[in-house]
Amino acid sequence: MAFFFQNVVNALQWGSFYALIALGYSMVYGVLMLFNFAHGDIFMTGAYIGFFVATLFVGLSASGILVLPNWLILILTILLSMFLTSFVGMLVERIAYRPLRGAPRASAAITGLMVGIILETGNLAILGARRQKFPELIVSQTYNIGDVSVTNTKIMIVLVSIGLMVALHQFVRRTKWGMAMRAMAYDFVVVPLMGVSINLIAALTFGLGSALASAAGILFGIAYPVLDPYMGILFGWKAFVAAILGGRGSILGAALAGFLLGFIEIFVATIFPSTLRDLIAYSIILIILTFRPHGFFGEPYSAQLRL
Amino acid sequence: MSITVSLIFAILLSACGQAAQPTIKIGVNAELTGDIPKVGEGTKYAAELWLEDIKAAGGLEVGGKKYQVELIIEDNESKAESAVAANTKLITQDEVLVIVGPQASKQAVPAGEVANNYETPMISPWSTNPNTTKDRPWVFRACFLDPFQGPVVANFVTEEFGFTKAGVLYDVASDYPKGLAEFFKKAWEDLHGPGSVVAYESFTTKDTDFSAQLTKIKDAGAEFIFTPQYYNEVALIVKQAHQLGWDKPIVGSDSWGSSELIPLCGADCYGLFFSTHYAAAGATGKTKEFIDRYNAKYGYVPDDVGALTWDAFGLVQQAIQNCGKITGDVKTDRKCIRDALAQIKAYDGITGKMDFTQGNDPIKCAVIVKISDQGEFTFYKSVCP
Repeated sequence: MAFFFQNVVNALQWGSFYALIALGYSMVYGVLMLFNFAHGDIFMTGAYIGFFVATLFVGLSASGILVLPNWLILILTILLSMFLTSFVGMLVERIAYRPLRGAPRASAAITGLMVGIILETGNLAILGARRQKFPELIVSQTYNIGDVSVTNTKIMIVLVSIGLMVALHQFVRRTKWGMAMRAMAYDFVVVPLMGVSINLIAALTFGLGSALASAAGILFGIAYPVLDPYMGILFGWKAFVAAILGGRGSILGAALAGFLLGFIEIFVATIFPSTLRDLIAYSIILIILTFRPHGFFGEPYSAQLRL
Repeated sequence: MSITVSLIFAILLSACGQAAQPTIKIGVNAELTGDIPKVGEGTKYAAELWLEDIKAAGGLEVGGKKYQVELIIEDNESKAESAVAANTKLITQDEVLVIVGPQASKQAVPAGEVANNYETPMISPWSTNPNTTKDRPWVFRACFLDPFQGPVVANFVTEEFGFTKAGVLYDVASDYPKGLAEFFKKAWEDLHGPGSVVAYESFTTKDTDFSAQLTKIKDAGAEFIFTPQYYNEVALIVKQAHQLGWDKPIVGSDSWGSSELIPLCGADCYGLFFSTHYAAAGATGKTKEFIDRYNAKYGYVPDDVGALTWDAFGLVQQAIQNCGKITGDVKTDRKCIRDALAQIKAYDGITGKMDFTQGNDPIKCAVIVKISDQGEFTFYKSVCP
């Protein structure tokens, strides 16, 4: 039984990364009908920005210029990095996607792949191939409940992820901006006639998605402190699978599917030889999609954004 | 006036004289980017240090004549296919006489095939997988093999801790960890009987979360974990094991021995053991000389990769010199260097004595290193075949 609960804890942490990244895919698709294939690399960029911000604060703190407790550094790092990464996302939208609006969808998808490669190799060119270690902002404490080991970082990661998802949901549901996003998702043609700027909403969507990816990147850095320029590729693909599984454009779906993916991966690895993990995990998802081709909360063609 | 003119002529003549000599081109196939960039960096630095010596001596002396040496360093991106492409380019386009590298078995095994097919001598300083040189007369290595390293670790753990239940965690998609995990498993089961490896868990390259596998290992009652992974993965594995409440030993292999391990892993790695080719802390003689030079120039203590690369270059130099002459005909020279390499007996390298008369794999001792509480790799004991 302890074995089972230990894996539930493991899966909750693993799933929260998928969920946070899947939200970015889902929102962008919901609003703009476009898969941002660079999103995995924005997650990577967010992790690196987080790394620099955290290192800066730690350095300032160590040199006595601005002495801050570590928990405050963590909060500042997450907020500041989310803010900065959202600009990266908006920049990508402005440079790569906006000129292609109205172009065939395949062009936009391929553009996303190219942006991803540029971000990866740009990172490689600037920082070199060395791995970076994410600074240890919280000292990891292990609590044993029976035979189940939980760390304070695991609890924090899951709570912060869920908190961010709730915050996003509130934003989309309760603010004027959120209403504009939902309206645009509903009808791309009529909304501009109501005085809503498509460009503004597109930028906002990208910014929000990227901010969440950045938060995921920092939490990832705390759990798995080795950063490398290619960390976003496979992770991005898998989160994309979660976005599809949840139903394109559905925030709740993306979150749930992200966690589900984490659970499937972890439990397949515990039951079967771990070599078969991805093979079996993604076969299961393929089967689910055959029966629900639009995902859990997706609907065919009308009202893509079920925010 | 006339003195100046004759001087100029003398310089021109000597320059012409040098240009007429064929240059010795040595290819380096290194992991400069990709998964293990620190390995490529160590390779490049050791190679450059060696070239510095050659240049200071005015060239490489073969049979009384001095030849200029040119290093052509290619990046194999830590990928098997890029290593093959790099070797093909070095051999067919740059027409190098001999290749040093690649380092990791994942790259060295396929790259060795190319070198052997093109009949170009290649020496991998760091690849411990048997397949690198197996049935390939043109491919050599400067380190011991995994069939030797696996039992070394198994014997060490048995003697040191008296454990009987092993847990193994390895990357199934990479030649080196997969091969070594298998050799370890076999050695361990020979010692403690079938079923004594209570958990034999794998993952795939680029995975970052090992919690499911580690939970299984813990649940199976393993007394220690053997994980023959590269340093970047070790940092993640050790940390996650500790977060899952694991407080028993974690033992590694020569792929741990990177100066990058401690910066990435931190205090989590203190007190752990791994088997490797040499221990920098407490080295003496020529080994210390190399370490000090490297440290002074590049600012950190060289990894085993750097030391082995240095030895590989030493072997190459010896082979070229033993050849007696460089004809300028690539085919003849390559053949001559290969034969000379195969005849090297008791080469005294900084990582131990090497002898190629029994085949292309030298027989060498392994070193067990303990990571101290300051993060230094300290010599613990030496294990000889």
